[in-house]
Amino acid sequence: MHMADALLAPAVAATMYAASAVTVGTCVKSLKKEENMEKLPTMAVASALVFAGQMINYTIPGTGSSGHLCGGMMLSALLGPQAGFLSMVVILTIQCLFFADGGLMALGANCWNMAFYGCFVGYYLLWRPIMRSSLFAKLGSKAAGRVKIMLASVLGCVLTLQLGAFSVVLETAASGITELPFGVFVGIMQPIHLAIGLVEGLITSAVLLFVYEARPELLMDMNAQNASGGRFSLKATIVILAVVTALVGGALSLGASGNPDGLEWSLFGNAESGYSENMGLDEEHYGIASGAADAAAAIQEKTAFLPDYAFADSDSAVGTSVSGLIGSGIVAGVAVLVCMAGGFFRKKKVAAKA
Amino acid sequence: MDQLSQAQSELREMDALAGMDSPVHRLHPLCKLLVTVGYIVTVVSFSKYDFSGLVVMVLYPVLLFQTAGIPVRLCFYKLRIVLPLVCAVGLANPFLDRIPLLRLGGLTITGGMVSMVTLMLKGCFSLMASFLLIATTSIDSLCAALRKLHVPEMLVTLLLLTYRYIGVMLEQVAVMTQAYKLRAPGQKGIHISAWGSFLGQLLLRSMDRAEELYNSMRLQGFRGDFFYADVPACTGADVGYVLACAAAFVCARAVNLPALLGSLVVR
Repeated sequence: MHMADALLAPAVAATMYAASAVTVGTCVKSLKKEENMEKLPTMAVASALVFAGQMINYTIPGTGSSGHLCGGMMLSALLGPQAGFLSMVVILTIQCLFFADGGLMALGANCWNMAFYGCFVGYYLLWRPIMRSSLFAKLGSKAAGRVKIMLASVLGCVLTLQLGAFSVVLETAASGITELPFGVFVGIMQPIHLAIGLVEGLITSAVLLFVYEARPELLMDMNAQNASGGRFSLKATIVILAVVTALVGGALSLGASGNPDGLEWSLFGNAESGYSENMGLDEEHYGIASGAADAAAAIQEKTAFLPDYAFADSDSAVGTSVSGLIGSGIVAGVAVLVCMAGGFFRKKKVAAKA
Repeated sequence: MDQLSQAQSELREMDALAGMDSPVHRLHPLCKLLVTVGYIVTVVSFSKYDFSGLVVMVLYPVLLFQTAGIPVRLCFYKLRIVLPLVCAVGLANPFLDRIPLLRLGGLTITGGMVSMVTLMLKGCFSLMASFLLIATTSIDSLCAALRKLHVPEMLVTLLLLTYRYIGVMLEQVAVMTQAYKLRAPGQKGIHISAWGSFLGQLLLRSMDRAEELYNSMRLQGFRGDFFYADVPACTGADVGYVLACAAAFVCARAVNLPALLGSLVVR
C-alpha cells in the first residue's frame, strides 16, 4: 500500500505530513510523560524485527500464494499504540529511504495510511476493548485469551487495511492524478485489501498467540481484564463491532454504487500490485482547479507558431507542443553531454592518480 | 538470492555509496535534504500535461549523478521493482483520456498519452532524487540533519537504532529461513503449523536482548540523550548550493525552458 510521490499533489502530501507530524508529536509527548526511555531499545528491536519479519513468506494453505505479517497491529499489541506508531513511522522511513518503497514526499501519507489506523484505530477500537472484555469467559481464561487475540488481530488487520486502502483512494482522488473514476478505484481497492487483511490478520494472530503461550506479559492489556473488572461487556463490544462494520460496509457500498463498470479495471488490473495499476479521478467531475492551466494554455495559444500542428479544443492542454518536443530533445542531449563529460573527467582523474 | 539476503546486500551497498567522497557527499546533509524535498515538490507540482516543462528537471539528477560519481545503473537496478509499478500507475490514462492534444503528421497524441508519460517521469525523477540523497548521505548525518530540523529526539534515536538492528535482524531471519528451507525442501514458504513459532521465537529472544541492551546502554552512560555524527556548520558553499538549486527549480517551474529552446530552433 506504499504510495509513490507521483501519486500525490504537493498540497495533499503536505496535509498528510502535517497530520502524521501532529500524531508523532502527541506520541512523543505521551511517551516522555511516562518517562519511557527504557522502551527505546525495545521499540528499535521490535521495529527491526517487524521489518525483517515482513520479508518472510507464509504459505497460505490451499493456495499457491503467500502472505506477510501486519506490522501496525503487531507493534501496537506489543508496545502500545504510541510506541507502535513511532516504530511504524521509523520502519516506513527506512523503507522509503533505503528500499525506495514509497516516496519521500508521500511519507506523511504512508505513515497515516499504514501506521495511524493500525496503531490507534486498531488498538483503541478493537484490541483493547476485546482484550478487556469478558467475552468467551465460559471457555476458561486461557482459551478465552486465545480466541480474543485471534478475533482482535483478524478484525484489527481487516479494519485497518480497509481504512488505509480507502485513504489511499481519497488521497489520490484529492490529488487528481489519473483518469480512473473514484467508484471503480474504491471498488477494486477495498475487496483486494479485504482478502489481504484476512490473511495478514491470521498470520499476525499466529505470532501473537505464540507470544501469549510463552510470555503473556509481553502483550498489551493481557492482564487488564482483572484490573478493570471486565469494563467492556459483550454488549459494548458488539456495538463497537457493529459501528466498525457499518463504517467499512458504508465505504464499500459507496464504492459499489459509484462503480458502474468494474470491467475496465479487470482489463488492466493486477491483483498483487492492486491499486498501483490504475488510480485517480476525472478532473472535470471532481473540480480540480485549473486556473493556472487555463492561463498557461492561453499563453501557449498566443505563442503557437505552427498552424498545421494546432492544439485541438481542450481546456487543459498545455505544454506539449512541437517546440516543447524539440526543446525536450535538446534537454535530453544536454543530459547525455553531462554524462559524457562526467565520464571524461573521472577517467582523467583516475589517469592522473595512476 | 532471496529477498532477505537481497535486502542485506542493498543496505551494505547504500552504506558503501554514502561512504564515498565527492563534492556532493561533502555538502551539508541538511542542505541536501532540503534541496531533495524542494526538487520532489517541484517535480510533482507540474501539470499532468506539462511534459516539456517537466523534462528539464532531468538535469538535476544527471548533474548530481555525475558530480557524485554514482553509477546511474545502480539507481535503476535498485529501483527495478518499484519503477515498473510507478510506470504502471498511468497505464490506464491513454484509454480513459482520449482528447487529442497534438497532431504530428498522421499520429494523434491524446491527453492520456501525455499524462501517462508525465506521470512516469514524475515517478522516476522523485525516486532518483531520494536515491541520490541517501546514496550521498550517511544515516548518521541524515539523523543529525533531522535533529537540526527539530524532529523529536526520540524519533531520530529510534530511527538510528532501528537502522542498526535491521542488519542484525535480517541476518538472523535469513539464517532461520535458510535452515527452515533446508528442512522443508520444495516448500514455498513457512507452513501454517509454524506460522506462530517461527517469528515468535525470534521475537521472544529479541525482546530479552533489547532489555539487556538497554541495561548495557545505561551502564555506558545513556540517559536518553544520543550523540549524532559531528556535522560541521553550513558553509557559504552549502548555502550557495541551496540558493542556486532553489532558483533553478523556481525558474524551471515558471518558464517552460524546453519550449523556449525549441522555439529558437523551429522559428
